[in-house]
Amino acid sequence: MLTNEHIKNKLIEKFGDALTDFSEPYGMLTFEAPKDLNLKVMQFLFDDAELRFQFLTDLQAVHYPDNKGRELAVVYHLHNLADNVRIRFKVFTSIEQPDVYTATKLYESANWMERETYDFFGINFVGHPNLKRILNVDEMDYFPMRKEFPLEDQTRVDKDDEMFGRGGSFN
Amino acid sequence: MKLLSLDFVIQRSLSNYQIEFMSRPVQYNVTPIPADINNSLQVAPMPAGHSGEGFFATKLESVVGLARANSIWPLPFATSCCGIEFMATMGSHYDLARFGSERVGFSPRQCDLLMVMGTIAKKMGPVLKQVYLQMAEPRWVIAVGACASSGGIFDTYSVLQGIDQIIPVDVYVPGCPPRPEAIIDGVIRIQELIHNEPLRRRNSEHYKALLESYGIQ
Repeated sequence: MLTNEHIKNKLIEKFGDALTDFSEPYGMLTFEAPKDLNLKVMQFLFDDAELRFQFLTDLQAVHYPDNKGRELAVVYHLHNLADNVRIRFKVFTSIEQPDVYTATKLYESANWMERETYDFFGINFVGHPNLKRILNVDEMDYFPMRKEFPLEDQTRVDKDDEMFGRGGSFN
Repeated sequence: MKLLSLDFVIQRSLSNYQIEFMSRPVQYNVTPIPADINNSLQVAPMPAGHSGEGFFATKLESVVGLARANSIWPLPFATSCCGIEFMATMGSHYDLARFGSERVGFSPRQCDLLMVMGTIAKKMGPVLKQVYLQMAEPRWVIAVGACASSGGIFDTYSVLQGIDQIIPVDVYVPGCPPRPEAIIDGVIRIQELIHNEPLRRRNSEHYKALLESYGIQ
């Protein structure tokens, strides 16, 4: 039986103090890794005979504009299909140089999700075979999920903010 | 006294009615009323003109308008829930065929009426425009539902804020989604437009300027 405690001990044994912020929200082991170590951590989780986290369920980013120097978080969700155990880990990067190593060499499913994450957050996945926009229009010149960009379409002419619950007299 | 008795008669007849018709919730058409074919059939009205012994003279425009209006071939461009309402509109219950539009074509070359139903994402915009360009003149466009007309609730960076940003629209059908009756109403309004359209409209400067404003031709 693969317990969170056991996974945590194995990770600390391998990486020491490099991994921080261990927690278990809703019973799912979560931790933070330095962004240079993301591939090493994933490779260890993938190869270890006991851990066998060989499926990347999800990969996405979060933007924390107030978190200076570590504005963008990339979140990896890994799944051990044999024991049906899931873990999650995050790496943080600055928004000035959002370079993170790609996971495509390890997980094929990372290909699509990293393109999507690049499309919406502008994370530069170093080594990705085809890093270009996937969902948005090709001529888009910004990363729409970053907080500094308004959600609303700026070309709209006939939509009254007041009617959409934003500003106006109904503050 | 007379008034009272009349009141009584009315009440009696009402209760008879209730017994006869309202107390059979699971039975239908027990005593069906035969359809009055003579009153329910409608023939397209004759255009204004001069008639006499064995002849009828009118404008070519009116005849062409009459023929076109009652044989529209719709091209459905359905992307979401409004498309489901359109399916109901085409189905036997609402039956768009009654208006001469049963021939739904999925080839732009043969169709007259582009029906855009549902949210059009910006990425879909060039596709929609190409479909419009592939249609032969005369062509009409109907925007069904809030999303096709204005972007609807999707006031967001990825959604086109109304298809009239990329192609000219003749009729807008409001609703989210509109009921089949509303879609039929939109088609009838298109029919009125077609019926009254001058033959030279598509060659006019005004129409060319309209297309020019969309960057077409």
